[in-house]
Order: sequence, then structure tokens, then C-alpha cells
Amino acid sequence: MNYLIAIPEIFILSMACIILLADAFFGRGRSGMAYGLSLVTLLLTLGFIVFFSPMITETAFHGLFVSDRLSELLKLFIVGVSFMVLVYSREYLAERNLFKGEFYVLVLLAVLGMMIMASAPNFLSMYLGLELLSLSQYAMVAMRRDSGVSAEAAMKFFVLGAIASGMLLYGMSLIYGVTGSLDLSTIHDVVAYSQPDKVVLVFALVFIVAGIAFKLGAAPFHMWAPDVYEGAPTAMTLFIGTAPKIAGFALAFRLLIDGLEGLVASWQQMLIILAVFSIGLGNVVAIAQTNIKRMLAYSGIAHMGYMVLGLIAGTADGYAASLFYTLVYAIMAAGAFGFILLHSRQGFESDQLDDMKGLARLNPWFGLVMLVLMFSMAGVPPFIGFWSKWFVLKEIIAAGYVWLAAIAVFFAIVGAFVYLRIIRLIYFDRAEEEVTAEASGELKLVLSLNGLVVLLLGIMPSFLLGVCLAVFH
Amino acid sequence: MSTLSLSHFLILGAILFTLSFAGIFLNRKNLIVLLMCIELMLLAVNINFIAFSHFSGDMAGQVFVFFILTVAAAEAAIGLAILVVLFRNRDTINVAELDDLKG
Repeated sequence: MNYLIAIPEIFILSMACIILLADAFFGRGRSGMAYGLSLVTLLLTLGFIVFFSPMITETAFHGLFVSDRLSELLKLFIVGVSFMVLVYSREYLAERNLFKGEFYVLVLLAVLGMMIMASAPNFLSMYLGLELLSLSQYAMVAMRRDSGVSAEAAMKFFVLGAIASGMLLYGMSLIYGVTGSLDLSTIHDVVAYSQPDKVVLVFALVFIVAGIAFKLGAAPFHMWAPDVYEGAPTAMTLFIGTAPKIAGFALAFRLLIDGLEGLVASWQQMLIILAVFSIGLGNVVAIAQTNIKRMLAYSGIAHMGYMVLGLIAGTADGYAASLFYTLVYAIMAAGAFGFILLHSRQGFESDQLDDMKGLARLNPWFGLVMLVLMFSMAGVPPFIGFWSKWFVLKEIIAAGYVWLAAIAVFFAIVGAFVYLRIIRLIYFDRAEEEVTAEASGELKLVLSLNGLVVLLLGIMPSFLLGVCLAVFH
Repeated sequence: MSTLSLSHFLILGAILFTLSFAGIFLNRKNLIVLLMCIELMLLAVNINFIAFSHFSGDMAGQVFVFFILTVAAAEAAIGLAILVVLFRNRDTINVAELDDLKG
């Protein structure tokens, strides 16, 4: 039994408890303490993930925890993106009287949940990780207690999230009944080699896929995403819209491929429906939005559709393309929300499209960063968003779904309008009132780095792609 | 004495699950009923797990149920907390009036 591989998780849990207590006893008037401690925790966790990496697949806790190359890569990105989230959101929270220890404890617990999901080889640990993430998210959205809109968003998120968990569990219970095990590798072997009752398994699969789609925010189970993105404070939207997508990939991959690969023909059909709905609806409805957070929600739905395409391909290269897409999307989305947070100030959310007018004139450097991010999201070569779409489409065509690729490309062109419109607003329109954004140095530094990373990845996509491919080969 | 078979329990589980699901989508008046439906949904799953566990002789399913019960309690606490925040801000818990966010 090797508990060392779980050191990053154990450390985050201990620090979440310590920060909760420290904030309760010494936090009065020292709200920066929880923030600083959380940043240190996340940095040390990054170190622990690398340092305690077993290099080979290893399990602990009687097969309830696994550390493999996939889990390590996902954890590095989950923790890294969460670090960016904390830096971006500090000033926003301080201006709205939300700069409290609770937020940081919730973020750390959510990160812990996501890390458990990334290394869950069993239904039980997958469910517990998922719920830890979800419950922290519900509480986060409701943190702005004096806002009716936030409360409504939290309630919708809670109810739909709970239904999703219920459906996922119902599917898990049926699979447990058929295969007699909660362990994903045992389930994999039973499904693949010993001819269990396929009808019940496919019935269970419907519930599992619906639950995954809810958590990913893929259409037609996307209803919560726009409302939650719009209603939640932007700092919380930033968190919900980035790192949990990476955890969503872990959820989909562990359940569908690690566990139910034998049913690949069945879940391919279901995922095709999800992908077509998500790509079509996300790109088209995004055009009609005037709130930029809502627009990014629909854009996120579309991006999740592209991500699912890689899974449909059903090959190791396809999964790698899908993983690549998720990681790239998380970084791009973090930058886009960071740009909104940069321009928000006390009493001004900066979340309408009109608020973007003329920002490049006021702030040329960050205008350029947003230009890179938006071109990247639109999929304009040579930015990274182009390469992530390219790899996914290449795999889906190699798997013989040319019509699916054609639909994806068509809607990518439709969706590009949304991102190009933001660039037009930023560069070619004039602001009604010219107020220079005043943000902390660390936000500016990290946002600049974020833009640079997106740019550099776009110039050298082969590095990250090589890492993703190495995970599955 | 007539014996209960696995299918009896599965049918009960399915009925409870469907009831809770229908309750969530048909109920347009009270959020508390909605929270009750969510609890019922998890209990329906528990019946499934316990039945499968009992009839296959594998204990893992019953252990899973303990965890689901614990999570359900935490979930109910958070749900009710959000409900209180919502009621303070809006003076209503009518599902049909939750329509500020749309588009």
C-alpha cells in the first residue's frame, strides 16, 4: 500500500481545514491571509504532484485511488488553472465584500474534489469527488448573499446538479447490478469478455451519459450553464467555467473508456447526439447574447461539443485530441474571464458586450491579449484554438465521421462571428466613458502570462500534444 | 410465505425514481417539494444498490449506500441554505417565479 501517491490530496485537505480554522480565529481584519495561504497551498501541491509522481500506474486505498499519467496531467492543469483563478478574482472579491476565507476554503475543497475525480478508478471515489466539487460550487455561487439573481442561479444550479448526480447514480447502480462490481477495471473486463446483459447495460449507459453531459454542460443538458454563468459573481463564474471542465473530461474518460469501453458502439451514438446539439446550439445562440458571461457560457457549451468529438473517434489518438482540447479550453476561458475581471470595478461588472467598447485604446497591451484569446477561441490559425479543433477534426475524420466533421466546421465558422464581434468592439468602437482599468500588479502579470502561453502554445502545439499523446500510449 | 425477488426491489426503485423525476418537472409551485424529490431520487438509488448487494452477496453496494446517505444529508443542508438565501432576497419560494435569468 503506497499512500505517498495521495500526498497532494492529503496536503490540500489538511490546508483547507487549517485555513478554515485560521480564518475563523485570526481572520478578522486580515482577509489577505486566507488568500496568501491558498496560493502557497496550490503552488506546493503542484510541487507535490511532480515530486510524488510514481511514474507508473499505481493504486492506493484498496483500489479506490489511482495515480497514472492521465491523472497527473489533469491534476497539474486543475491546480494551475485554479491558481490563476485565485489571482484573477482577488480584487473583484475585495471590491464586493466577498474577500473572505470561505471562498478560499471552498475553492480548495473543489480542487480536492476534482483531483479525486482525476484519480478515481472506482464508482465510489468518482461519486465522492464529483459531489465534493459540486457542493462547493453550489455554495460558491450563493456566496453573494444580498443578490436575488445569485440566489436564483445557485438554486437552479443546485437542483439541476442534484438531478444529474441522481441520474449518474441510478446508472451506476444498474451497472453494479449487472457486473457485480464498483471497480472500473473489473467492470471493463466483465463488459468486454463475459457477455453480460447488454440491454440493461445500455439502459444504464443512457443515465450515465446524461449525467456526464449535465456536468460538462453539453446540450441538451446545458440549461443550467447560461443562468449560472450570468447570475454568479464573475469570480465564481471564472472558477466554474474553467477547472471543472478538466474534471468533466476525467469523469467522461474514466466512466466511458476506463469502465465501459465494451459498449463503445452504444455510447458513440449518444455522444454524437450530444456533440451535434452542443456545437449547433452553442455557436448559434451565443450570437444572440448581449451579456458577455452568458455568451461565454454558450461558447463553453459549443467547446464541450468539440471536446466530445475526440471521444467519439474511439481511438487513443482521439482521446489525446480530446484531452488537448479540454486543457487548451480551460486556459483560454480563464484568460477571457480574467479580461472581464480586469475591467470590472466597484459598482461596475463590465459584463455587457457594450462595456467592451474601445478597451484596446485605453489598454493596448490587454487589448492584444484579448485579441489573441478571441482569435484562439474562434479557431483562427495559427492560434492554439485552431490546432485543438484541427486535431479533434482530424481524428473524427480518420474514424470515418466525415459528415460530423463537416457540421463541426460549419458551426465553427458561424461561431467565429461571436468572437470577431468582441474584437471589433474592443478595437474599432469608441468607449462612452474612458476609465482606465486599475488592477493589481499580480492580475496584470498572470493575465499577460496567460496570453503569452496561449500564443506560445499556438506556435508550438506539438509540445502539449506530445504530452497528451504520451498519456494514452 | 411468499418471497420477494430482486425484481420486486428493482421495480420499487424504478417507481420511486420516476416519481421523483416527475415531481421535479411537474411541480411548479414549491421549492421545498423539489428538494424532497431530490432526496427521494437518491433513496430510490439506495434501494437499487441494497437489493443488488443483497442478492449478489457483495458488500460494496451497501457501503456505497452509507456514502450516498451522508452526501444526501450534506446536499440537503446546502439546498436548504440556498433556499433561505433565496427567500430572504425575494420573499417567495415559488418555482414559477424563478425567471429573472433567461435568454
